[in-house]
Amino acid sequence: MLREGDIRIPSGCAISGFINRKGNTVSGEQIIRSIALMHERSNGLGGGFAAYGIYPEFRDYFAFHLFYENHAVREETERYLNKNFNMEMGGPIPTRKTTGIRNLPLIWRYFVKPKLELLYQDEMNTNEFVVERVMEINSSMPGAYVFSSGKNMGAFKGVGYPEDIGEFYRLEEYKGHIWTAHGRFPTNTPGWWGGAHPFTLLDWSIVHNGEISSYDANRRYLEMFGHKCTLQTDTEAITYIFDLLVRKHGLPLDVAVAVVAPPFWNEIDRMPPEKRAIHRAARLVYSSLLINGPFSIVLGSSRGIMALNDRIKLRPLTAAEKGDFLYVASEESAIREICPQPDRVWMPRGGEPVIGLLNDQALQAEEEEGMLHMAVGERTSRS
Amino acid sequence: MGFTKRPTFRVERDSCRCIDCGVCVRQCANEVHYLDIDTKEVLCDSTNCSNCRRCVELCPTGALAVWGAPQETSGNAAWAVHDIRAIQAQANSGGILLTGMGSDRPMPGYFDRMMLNASQVTNPSIDPLREPMELRTFLGRKPTVLQLDDKGKPVDLPPQLELDVPIMFSAMSFGSISLNAIKSLAAAAESENTYYNTGEGGLHRDLYPFGKNTITQVASGRFGVNIDYLNAGAAIEIKIGQGAKPGIGGHLPGEKVGQGVSETRMIPLGSDAISPAPHHDIYSIEDLTQLIFSLKEATEYTKPISVKIAAVHNVAAIASGIARAGADIIAIDGYRGGTGATPLRIRDHVGIPIELALAAVDSRLRDEGIRQEVSIVVGGSMRHSADVIKAIALGADAVYIATAALISLGCHVCQKCYTGKCNWGIATQNPQLVKRLNPEIGARRAANLLRAWKHELKEMLGGMGINAVESLRGNRLMLRGVGMMDSELRILGIKAAGE
Amino acid sequence: MKRIRIKEEYCIGCRLCEVHCIAAHGKYKNDLIKTFKRDCNRPSPRIVIEEKEDTCFALPCRHCREAFCIRSCLTGSMTRDPETRLVHNEVERCVGCWTCIAACPYGAIVREGRHTKIAAKCDLCGQDPACVKHCPNDAIVYEEVGEDDHYDACNHR
Repeated sequence: MLREGDIRIPSGCAISGFINRKGNTVSGEQIIRSIALMHERSNGLGGGFAAYGIYPEFRDYFAFHLFYENHAVREETERYLNKNFNMEMGGPIPTRKTTGIRNLPLIWRYFVKPKLELLYQDEMNTNEFVVERVMEINSSMPGAYVFSSGKNMGAFKGVGYPEDIGEFYRLEEYKGHIWTAHGRFPTNTPGWWGGAHPFTLLDWSIVHNGEISSYDANRRYLEMFGHKCTLQTDTEAITYIFDLLVRKHGLPLDVAVAVVAPPFWNEIDRMPPEKRAIHRAARLVYSSLLINGPFSIVLGSSRGIMALNDRIKLRPLTAAEKGDFLYVASEESAIREICPQPDRVWMPRGGEPVIGLLNDQALQAEEEEGMLHMAVGERTSRS
Repeated sequence: MGFTKRPTFRVERDSCRCIDCGVCVRQCANEVHYLDIDTKEVLCDSTNCSNCRRCVELCPTGALAVWGAPQETSGNAAWAVHDIRAIQAQANSGGILLTGMGSDRPMPGYFDRMMLNASQVTNPSIDPLREPMELRTFLGRKPTVLQLDDKGKPVDLPPQLELDVPIMFSAMSFGSISLNAIKSLAAAAESENTYYNTGEGGLHRDLYPFGKNTITQVASGRFGVNIDYLNAGAAIEIKIGQGAKPGIGGHLPGEKVGQGVSETRMIPLGSDAISPAPHHDIYSIEDLTQLIFSLKEATEYTKPISVKIAAVHNVAAIASGIARAGADIIAIDGYRGGTGATPLRIRDHVGIPIELALAAVDSRLRDEGIRQEVSIVVGGSMRHSADVIKAIALGADAVYIATAALISLGCHVCQKCYTGKCNWGIATQNPQLVKRLNPEIGARRAANLLRAWKHELKEMLGGMGINAVESLRGNRLMLRGVGMMDSELRILGIKAAGE
Repeated sequence: MKRIRIKEEYCIGCRLCEVHCIAAHGKYKNDLIKTFKRDCNRPSPRIVIEEKEDTCFALPCRHCREAFCIRSCLTGSMTRDPETRLVHNEVERCVGCWTCIAACPYGAIVREGRHTKIAAKCDLCGQDPACVKHCPNDAIVYEEVGEDDHYDACNHR
């Protein structure tokens, strides 16, 4: 049987996520409860979490999480990593034995920084360098797969129900200010752990519910610009789309939203001239990046979260606020499970993003430490 | 030694129904029907029948039928009737065989062996009767990166053609077809917000009001090209070649060059209009750049420039060169593409199928990372909306239709365009025949065709769970091949059905 | 008020208007085959194609505002319907003197049939003219016209 990456697997899903806008951290126990409530939206063939702010002591280091099929490939990959990066620390990610979690790969974690001399040699900025190396490992080292590569954040995922995955990774021991979660309902077995959500690149993480009808149009456009869609999943493609638009092309997040979930032309035609100009240009230039078909996603980054529906809202998505917390989930019940009395609950319209950013104080604390690039974007040294 | 000309088709008159009204007599420019002076009966001689079916369609009692002549089946699999006939004709004339329209040989078609996808369970199909469904298409160069100025405003984009439906009327010159036919297409293009193409015959002064829906063509003969002409349209197309006759130029016989054609083409009355095979200022790719930029300079960079080529063996590399030469649109014409007049052997034996050419070009431009810099328009026997949608899924931005458009005007594909005796008033300059095509009716019918296809495109898109046509462009996962070899699947970039 | 208008530039001279006019006014109403094969006294066409060299057009009665045919009619059978403003021939009073045929400047009045000695002319087929319906090129159209557009033969000499 073909494993995920060799074949495209449609999935239905549950998603949930929240942010504390002040940057106060909470343990993983809450997000597990939220996603567990939507148990029947997944079928035990995939679950995962992304958490931000969990590695404060290593905030300057890229935290690489890897799946290995065996120790031989681990050793080979570590040689590659050591050649390209200075490694502060590395070792297996702590897990616990959990019923329902089987066929484990080796799961390792490394905190690394790119070697300066290589950066100068290639005239690349740090992010570009990391992306290239991650793509290199994922596309040309069979049996090794980087599933998380951001700073002060991490993805934890596998094949199983999400609550079992959470227990397996001992997430109650981590504290973060952003948590997202995913329960997966693939139509056939993915065969390995890489295809589970969230999908990440640098500090982007995406959990996603949907099946994109425009997948091949999106993929083929992305591949022109060096993104290799090795997993054949929508989530991978969506992550790369945001990476291309926001990180590589330096577009503001609202313009990126106008690309992936644009208003209809007859609505654009009625907009005031300035607004119309930007929407028209966004659709015209990036027509191949329109994400067509049903989706609801939660995009995480070190700066905050954004939840978004496809433009005609073919997948469920609910949002709620309570104090400094912003919650989004497939179902309202999943929010009320961990926040019984929110100040406000609403259903965002199709194409209308729900954005929760860390507030200035929280950001400042983060910014002093590292590079952030969600809303402003960051131009590459090449462009 | 000569042979008596034998009919290719046999006209059958049902005498029980024929009322001797003489409509057929008056309508047949080939003089097949005649009124017998002695008996006052309407009779016919099938020898010159071209199977244009004008008489059949207009006969008020349905008394007429036209059949392929039955005595012509030789039963010899090696020597088909048309081969034997061709030799006899050439033995008579010593000349090249001429024909019209696209190739009618039974070569394999790939569109018919590609099946479309539809949503079931895992994602919903979209109902175009209840939900918006977008076909709006922009043709022209797109920047790789959307540049915003300091205030967040988008920097001006290169000029674009904006279409409400990704279908345009392909190049057909005034000369090869009648002014009424062009007026019909121009008006239909205007009403459906798309474009028609002048072909290489210049722009008749009556057509200037349709300028915003016009693509003016510059071909090797440069007929009718002047600065007003270049500025009159919304885009300019440099015609290098066409699918029906790759490698050779057009030939409009002097008989078709009347006052109107002569003035529009800027050539003497009654003279043959012969386009050179190549552009004599384009012997290489760098020469093409110069012409592209000459045209851009002349029109002050306000119009996208298209370059039209025939689909030939090395089409991917050629298209890549054209993109790099500065073209904004590449039009590719497949080997089944039609024409008013072409040598039979060239029509039937030169060029490659548009499906393979399109897939190869789209893949190559993507491999080189320049697909977004040009739009791809394909033509060459787009028979229906499913061909259109499959072309888009393979990677086209839009398609050109010509034969289908003419059929909507009345053409019955008799392939005798080159004789100038088109009974439907399309491929003729004879004023008696030209007036048979009322451009008001023509415009209505051509617009109806576009609208009908538009509805079908929306249905098929919705079935695939897509509500904007750009999400289908190059989305080859929506296609599966049946009955194809691995090499064909590989070139088309699609999976076999069941995979 | 709706009248027939002729578009000369699109008339292709096929004479389908004549054929259908005949059948519309024959005893086998609108049945072409029976009209032409069985009716030896089938009517004359009330619309006629005029043809010379490259030019051709159909010519039916224009229902002139000041009509010569009405003025010249000996028996008063040629009258104008006060409501529809159409000129029509009351066959009971028509004696077949052919004065109207001689008077009509357009030649739009004909003898009813080979064996019927009365005058016949376009009656617009009761507001649904057969010629218009069957013209393959929209060269005969039936459209609303203003009183002023109404062609006036008497004042147009």
